Amino acid sequence: MDFDFTDEQREIKSTAHEFIASRFKPERVRELAESGQPYDDGLWREMSELGWPGIAISEDFGGQGLGTVELVILQEELGYACAPSPFVSNAFAGAVIELAGSDEQKQRWLPGIASGEERASSSLTSDDIAGAAQGSVVLALNDGEGARLVETGEASLERLDLIDRTRAYFKVSAKGGDSLPGEVNPAICVGMVAMAAELVGVAQKALDLSVEYAKERQQFGRPIGAYQAVSHRLAEMLWDVEEARSLTYSAAWAADADPDLLPLAAAMAKARASDAATNVTHQAIQTLGGIGFTWEHDIHLYLKRARASAQMLGTARQHRDYVAALVGLG
Amino acid sequence: MDLTLTQPEQEFRDEFRAWLGENHPGPAPQGGDQAQFEFEREWQRTLHTAGWAGVSWPKEYGGRGATLVEQSIFGEELARAKAPRPANVLGLVMGGPVVIAHGTEDQKERFLEPILSAEEIWCQGFSEPESGSDLASLKTKAVKEDGGWRITGQKVWTTFAHEAKWCMLVARSDSDAPKHKGLTYFLMDMDQDEVDIRPLRQITGEAEFNELFIENAWVPDENLVGGEGNGWMVAITTLMNERAGLGASAALGLANSLDELIELAKERGVDDDPLVRDKVARLKIGIEGLRMGALRALTATMKVGIPGPEGSIAKLQWSSTNQALTELALEIGGPEMLAKDSPWAYRFLRSRANSIEGGTTDILKNIIAERVLNLPKLR
Repeated sequence: MDFDFTDEQREIKSTAHEFIASRFKPERVRELAESGQPYDDGLWREMSELGWPGIAISEDFGGQGLGTVELVILQEELGYACAPSPFVSNAFAGAVIELAGSDEQKQRWLPGIASGEERASSSLTSDDIAGAAQGSVVLALNDGEGARLVETGEASLERLDLIDRTRAYFKVSAKGGDSLPGEVNPAICVGMVAMAAELVGVAQKALDLSVEYAKERQQFGRPIGAYQAVSHRLAEMLWDVEEARSLTYSAAWAADADPDLLPLAAAMAKARASDAATNVTHQAIQTLGGIGFTWEHDIHLYLKRARASAQMLGTARQHRDYVAALVGLG
Repeated sequence: MDLTLTQPEQEFRDEFRAWLGENHPGPAPQGGDQAQFEFEREWQRTLHTAGWAGVSWPKEYGGRGATLVEQSIFGEELARAKAPRPANVLGLVMGGPVVIAHGTEDQKERFLEPILSAEEIWCQGFSEPESGSDLASLKTKAVKEDGGWRITGQKVWTTFAHEAKWCMLVARSDSDAPKHKGLTYFLMDMDQDEVDIRPLRQITGEAEFNELFIENAWVPDENLVGGEGNGWMVAITTLMNERAGLGASAALGLANSLDELIELAKERGVDDDPLVRDKVARLKIGIEGLRMGALRALTATMKVGIPGPEGSIAKLQWSSTNQALTELALEIGGPEMLAKDSPWAYRFLRSRANSIEGGTTDILKNIIAERVLNLPKLR
């Protein structure tokens, strides 16, 4: 039993942390978000050179042949920086094609997805508002017409103007397409786990910003973090973050090593991480006080991202209903 | 990352599971009375004879020298099989490890074996009526005399005091020293007239705990642990042992309770009530969150000696989940759940103590704030 990253996974994490911290500095994130075109092609190329788009895609199709644990490591770091990136949408679409696609579909699309040259996106649940449809060449859809692949040029995309501007969201509709023969649920679970990891990263950053502020901000002659009304709230935020993290990592491990455990583990992780990130970002604003309510402070970017990701691929409440069914309430 | 058991871990589990399958004594009589205690004492003798008492203790002291993961497996297997607890739980979890860490060779020779065999039961004399969370403010006095110490004071929340031969007692041996420095750790013989034991009836109606009124009790010099003035440091080891004992096995205990709750929900026909479903799922997620956090903390402890931040929340997760679980049982079970002899009513009432015993929720949040988040201290 070893519930820790391997040396190689640790290496991936520290490389990702440094790369993302230098490329997605807060001012750059804000600039991208406010531009209305949040994805920077140069940054995508750099991430592609690092092999990230294909991290979990098998080597047969030009990927790195690593797994969901590695995907989760990257997505948590991207969440920590609230980085605008098509990374997770592309990875999610890659998982769908790899797990549910025919050999021909895999041959056709996975190498481009893995290299980052031909991006993909997906909309697999009714609340999955494709995070990067524009700029992708193919879309994995799963609506009334079943699970299928549609070339982006054949679909109609409607850009949604959401409170979270660190991603470009689209409502996608299309007729026809190339059916996915396999079962899409395992890929949806992988997407849920990746989203849970992002939410853990978002929550961790909101906690860090709050702790830092509570140490510095003085009122009534002492740092506010010395007051138990504040410090106990921060302790509860740590509880949220760590519980969500433990469940997310174990779900990622299940995706790679014990798929029978995945449906329950993914639902628990997504439910817990959604609640953790929404709650921790709310509590962060309370801790920051007035400054946290200003456009100038970064916390609102995290609050909005937490809300958007919590409501995609199933809300916490929906996942809990599924958990109840799996534990014996039918 | 690999959440499966290694080959040796699996062998350890299989061996204990098989042994437990053949030697499980059945459920202990409930009610906290003498019959229950004798049953648990007999159970510990059975464990000890087969070498399953003190699994965490080093082999040279009669233990099994199990790794942390193996200890966790051991606890999980006991919980899974709903086995009774061993009678001398405080001796096994706190007393023995303290003697092993801080005791003299003579003390190890004298005290360890009877702990394992449950021949001598141990109790703990830390809390006082005016010193709960602020333990270091305790007032029980130790006065030096020729060859030993005279102890006078009052202790409270002492489990097994009636059965115990030895009390792990912290007393103030130097009233002029700063409060953490003037304490000494004693092993006090309970078998003397100077120690008066009075049961403390709790909200469940039973008396699981006692008060000790100590008037000039005698402790010979050879029963000091860790030397004069080091009582705080020694006591902290004991408390850390108590907390390290929680975790994965606590999660399994909760999982057993959740299974019973799910059966109850089905019996009462509320399994399709969305609010019940939501609460049950929250409990399941809380239990798995505790279990996975405990496993992460075990790995971290084995690799770097201390658990990460996830370890500090285990007690909070456990107490809040157990309380919410028993509340939900009463909520869905209807008025008959409130019957005086209802097991759920008992568990509901008993769980009220979970957020107090072994470090209150409030104090644990202070500890997380100060030691994990490095926030400034209020004091």
